Amino acid sequence: MTTLRRHIPLAVGILTIITLHLSLSRAGATYYMTQITMSAYYALVVIGLCLLMGYAGQVSLGHAGFFAVGGYICAVLTTHNLVAYRGAPFILWCRSLGLVFERQDLYGVTILSFAPWPAFVASLTVAGLIAFLIGLPVLRLKGHYLAMATMGFGLIIYRLVLGARLFGQADGISNVPPFPLFGSLQVNGRPPFRVQNYYIAWTVVMAAMLLSVSLIHSRVGRALRSIHENEEAAHSLGIDAYRYKLATFVLSALFAAAGGALLTHYNGSIGPSEVTVMKSIRYVAIVAVGGMANLWGALAMGVVLNFLSLRGVFGTYDDVVFGAILIAMMVFAPEGLLRVPRLRALPFLARRRHG
Amino acid sequence: MDLAQIVQYCFSGITVGSIYAIVAIGFNIIFNTTGIINFAQGEFLIVGAMTSISLCKVLPLPLAILVAVLITTLLGGLVELVFIRRLRDASVLRLIVITIGVSILIREAMLHIWDEKVRSLPYFTGTSISTVTLLGAHISLQVLWVLGVSAVVVMALTLFFRFTLMGRAMRSCADDRMAARLCGVNDRWMVTLSFMLSAGTGALAGCVISPITQTQYDMGAPLAIKGFTVAILGGLGNSMAAVAAGLLLGLLEAFMVSQLQVAYKEAVAIVVLLLVLVFRPSGLFARSEVSALRAS
Repeated sequence: MTTLRRHIPLAVGILTIITLHLSLSRAGATYYMTQITMSAYYALVVIGLCLLMGYAGQVSLGHAGFFAVGGYICAVLTTHNLVAYRGAPFILWCRSLGLVFERQDLYGVTILSFAPWPAFVASLTVAGLIAFLIGLPVLRLKGHYLAMATMGFGLIIYRLVLGARLFGQADGISNVPPFPLFGSLQVNGRPPFRVQNYYIAWTVVMAAMLLSVSLIHSRVGRALRSIHENEEAAHSLGIDAYRYKLATFVLSALFAAAGGALLTHYNGSIGPSEVTVMKSIRYVAIVAVGGMANLWGALAMGVVLNFLSLRGVFGTYDDVVFGAILIAMMVFAPEGLLRVPRLRALPFLARRRHG
Repeated sequence: MDLAQIVQYCFSGITVGSIYAIVAIGFNIIFNTTGIINFAQGEFLIVGAMTSISLCKVLPLPLAILVAVLITTLLGGLVELVFIRRLRDASVLRLIVITIGVSILIREAMLHIWDEKVRSLPYFTGTSISTVTLLGAHISLQVLWVLGVSAVVVMALTLFFRFTLMGRAMRSCADDRMAARLCGVNDRWMVTLSFMLSAGTGALAGCVISPITQTQYDMGAPLAIKGFTVAILGGLGNSMAAVAAGLLLGLLEAFMVSQLQVAYKEAVAIVVLLLVLVFRPSGLFARSEVSALRAS
């Protein structure tokens, strides 16, 4: 019964998605679906961050960095031309496994690069590894250190992307090929693929939601919740708080990287504007509006706010809106707009510093 | 690298390092009384510099700087009164997130007030090309101003915290807020004061470096990151150590620039920050037992 009730929002979500599609196509405004698809990929980042902030009680100011790791690694691997090395044993070996593919660009130049699937796997692996390496030492500390360390990580990625020719510097990387999934399905931003991609994106997001919801209702979720309520008590019950926090951090980084990778294939490009600190803060603001420990709220807000932002509704006040949202939520409604969650927001940090 | 070059790099390192130190002290002042990391610290520098640049057109330079520092001080107090004071029992994390929001609002307000052009104050004495020569290195007069002002600020703050009643009251709040309150210290006012003080010193620092580094609305965040790195490096809350750490980071950056691409200069501070967080989260100068305790 409880399992059933847990999945009601999922059913509502799926119904909303289908209704939205039908009403948009009835209204002849299917072009909105492009931005909704993009928002869905951004929402993937938000879901991961919500797990981390709301359930593991840690804050990350570098999720745009993980997003960029996913996006940029995919972009580099699938666009970097390896024709010069086509005779190298490693490339031949990759070719025999189908890891590289050959295509011609607009001007008929042959491009030999890694295929999207291995690139996707590589990008997730790297993002997960980075999160693991950052989390390993930093999550042992209490308080705001993860926020600072992840903010530092985000800035390093930003500098790296701006400075390295491999990452296209200020121009970013464009002409990223579409991502063929299976059959005729592919992550591709061109209009003929619009409806298909709308559903691909939402399938990915719903899968992530299903995974997250199951996770927080499982043993892991209960452990996280107990850490949240009282870390010492959780410890005494034999819960390894550190390991659970680390695992959640890595998982949330993977979500962000997946969002970055898929959106890069969808847009066909990625640029340094995806990696700014402001982007990371924006994700935090969205989680705050959704209610810290409220996955569905975070998802809804993630889609709505990103959609409005992508439509340019906020104009030059885009950043102001997110800054104001962040302050307003924290001052007036730290538990989120949509519902009062069962948990107080981040109580483990409430301990003031003494001495 | 000959001697003159080394002296040149040293001076450039010490100059930026002393600014980082002032930013770090700004962090420390607020951290000590509240336990908050004020992410808007960098914005205070830029507000100070921008205001003085505008005032400079109608007022003589020293007066313009003075008024700018006062305005920024009031802004700091206002931020505390409006956003921080009303949330007495809020978690530290919540307050930190609020300061992030405040920094965005200040930055965007500056963008809409002053646009995105790069501006700068005139050199305090002489022009951009007047230099003194020391051991074969050419040192801008403004560098001497930066060093002098930083030294005076650090000394004045030290004296203030050590010998004045108000400074002692602020320190007592840092030690034990409840005990301070029992002794009749108005702890809420002390928190406001700490915001004002760190905003004011930040604004002064912003004015002094403006001729050298120039000023743009979005330069606050990188400065804040450097300042925070320095504060962590010295051990949060420890202002004298922050000075040493600031000079260390400044020198490190200056010599790195001679070896690395400028684009990666920013990354130096952040790598240092991450390394310190990993290996010595209580700072370079804390005893290892303290580090172990904090980390547990």
